[in-house]
Amino acid sequence: MIYLDYQATTALAPEVADAMAATMDHYGNPNSAHRPGRIAAADVEVARGRVLDALGRSEGRLIFTSGATEALNIAITGGARAAPAGRRRVVTLATEHAAVLDTVLALRHEGFEPVILPVDADGLVDLAIAEAAIDERAALLAVMQVNNEIGVIQPLDRLFAIARAAGVLTLCDAVQGFGRLATPQADMIAISAHKIHGPKGVGALWLRGGIDPQPLLHGGGQEQGLRPGTLSPMLCAGFGVAAQLAAGQRHADLAHVGALWEQASRLFADWRINGSREERYHGNLNISRPGLDAARLISDVRTVAVSLGSACASGSGRPSHVLKAIGLSDGEARGSVRIGFGRYTTADELEEAATLLNKAATAQGMPA
Amino acid sequence: MTPRIYLDHAATTPLLPQARAAMLEGFDAWANPSSPHAAGRQARAMLEDARKRIARAVDWDGHVIFTAGASEAISIGLAGWLAGGLAGAKAAGVLAGASEHDAVLRHVPAERRLTLDGDGLVALPDDPAAGTLVAIQQVNSETGVIQPLDDLAARLHEAGALLFADCSQGAGKIALPAGADMIALSAHKLGGPIGFGALLVRDLTLLAPSGGQEQGYRAGTEAMPLALGFAAALEAPRDWLADVARWRAVLDAGIVAAGGEIVAEGAPRLPTIASYRMPGVSARAQLIRFDMAGIAVSAGSACSSGSLRTSHVLAAMGWDEAAAGEVIRVTMGHDTREAEIDAFLTQWQAIRHGNAKE
Repeated sequence: MIYLDYQATTALAPEVADAMAATMDHYGNPNSAHRPGRIAAADVEVARGRVLDALGRSEGRLIFTSGATEALNIAITGGARAAPAGRRRVVTLATEHAAVLDTVLALRHEGFEPVILPVDADGLVDLAIAEAAIDERAALLAVMQVNNEIGVIQPLDRLFAIARAAGVLTLCDAVQGFGRLATPQADMIAISAHKIHGPKGVGALWLRGGIDPQPLLHGGGQEQGLRPGTLSPMLCAGFGVAAQLAAGQRHADLAHVGALWEQASRLFADWRINGSREERYHGNLNISRPGLDAARLISDVRTVAVSLGSACASGSGRPSHVLKAIGLSDGEARGSVRIGFGRYTTADELEEAATLLNKAATAQGMPA
Repeated sequence: MTPRIYLDHAATTPLLPQARAAMLEGFDAWANPSSPHAAGRQARAMLEDARKRIARAVDWDGHVIFTAGASEAISIGLAGWLAGGLAGAKAAGVLAGASEHDAVLRHVPAERRLTLDGDGLVALPDDPAAGTLVAIQQVNSETGVIQPLDDLAARLHEAGALLFADCSQGAGKIALPAGADMIALSAHKLGGPIGFGALLVRDLTLLAPSGGQEQGYRAGTEAMPLALGFAAALEAPRDWLADVARWRAVLDAGIVAAGGEIVAEGAPRLPTIASYRMPGVSARAQLIRFDMAGIAVSAGSACSSGSLRTSHVLAAMGWDEAAAGEVIRVTMGHDTREAEIDAFLTQWQAIRHGNAKE
């Protein structure tokens, strides 16, 4: 199996697996005052420090969650609910992850007005449109750093500057960019461990000092009341080591991904790239061919794991909302595959996968 | 230094070796269970197998929604109900026992809480409105009191009401209540991993869906290795419980003989959880003395133990603040040994005789 689906999830790093195996024996509840509890709490706090270091943030708060979905839910719903009464707009982009779009749309039931900004054929937002929508009526602007389906990077600095000038709270879904790119200048940042070779079931929300969303879950008051529920020292430790690794070898990882991108661009030269070629993360290649049935391609090439788009929407049969947003027809969207690579991908794997995918795609074009 | 004695298993209990092995196996199948490719389908198959095994282990034939823990399961269940589950019935709202976990009580205003008797047993309203969801925990985390949920469920159903049972402490130790309509479970209270739990739902129309994974009731990539750990923990043998029950009886008698008081002595209690009052010695002082002696116990639940607030459970049972402030909790688990209980009792007696103001 050649794994080229790095946006869905990434292999557990061996260093992370070791750290988790070691922490499994620290059985205390981090909220307990006795010694085993304090050992567990120390695991959590060491991990918190490592994630903050990887984010490059010495101020603000890092709240551990069960994953980025939960972090995004707290930030959007909690952030909107904490906004002044006059600010009822919640602004986001058409290409955001379902965890953002669905949460923003759900706020309609609480009297908020979702504003979903369009993107152009490159997948980028028009700053003039954004500036018109982000004003003193807006409570929150939520934008992702790297698109999970097409790898496009929005002009975050400009967008967040517009929001700041209008006094609008900003949230960045940095799930795909964390550990790989510079940390965005948002008030709230959502990240996930399993996208950076950490474990599933843990993520975090970073909050700038003074930002105080309302909690969604209620319970034992953990994580300063923002996210109740006993934290897993094992998962936090895995996240901490994964973040530390990613930060430590960021330049090596990026250089590796850059080389793979050059190679992939050659190997798939006769495919069309979805999304901007320039404004992008190079570990994501979303490509299409006219008339291709990508679902069939994926089932034909069983030894290569690629995807049709986000894993959450896989199996729904619906065309990707991201590909539709950049103007692809349903047919073009059905002819698109997402190829994701990273730290553990080798040039040989990419070459072999490309041979198999190209062969299967060409075979589809032949009369039966 | 003497070896640590851990008697705080209701806060969390060490991972069972079976759960540990299952999780390590799960870590190797790291693909996203929602991915349609072979690696993803393998992770999905393992996740669904764990779901079936969990349902079988607790003898449940309804739906199993995986969550990040019992707090989230409670929130999805109660918020999902309040958001319009079983259309038409929601006006009747939620009632809850006064000794429920904070995760439940946050959804239930003070005037909708059910009183307890002195032994911690909950009093059902005479005539609950049809369509009311009544949240009652199976086992209280501080006192170990077991509510007669089978009986309560039958009475609620007769009135057209429903039962939500927080079974975080009882699951894996005693049978789940047969008549519950929703059940919250936590993996780490029974030897599984922290960060995982489940909401069991008899009928999904009870809940308004919120989108995402888990049939639209819980968004976020499923942590499959944790599900494997949970299943393995539930399937592990429970033969240690009989030993613990015997040791607990000896401990109860020893504490009473030394001048202590058993909390909720008259109620059926889970053998792994006990709370004792040491008259004249504050819980804070007891905890410090026990910790110095290498014994980890707690004052009430872990979530609030840092605060040392008066336990809302004891208050609901009619304890005054001074007496409640002298109660500590001792809880046992699968790796507890008889010598540890003996050592605890000896230390209890020493603190009592050395510190008590007679």
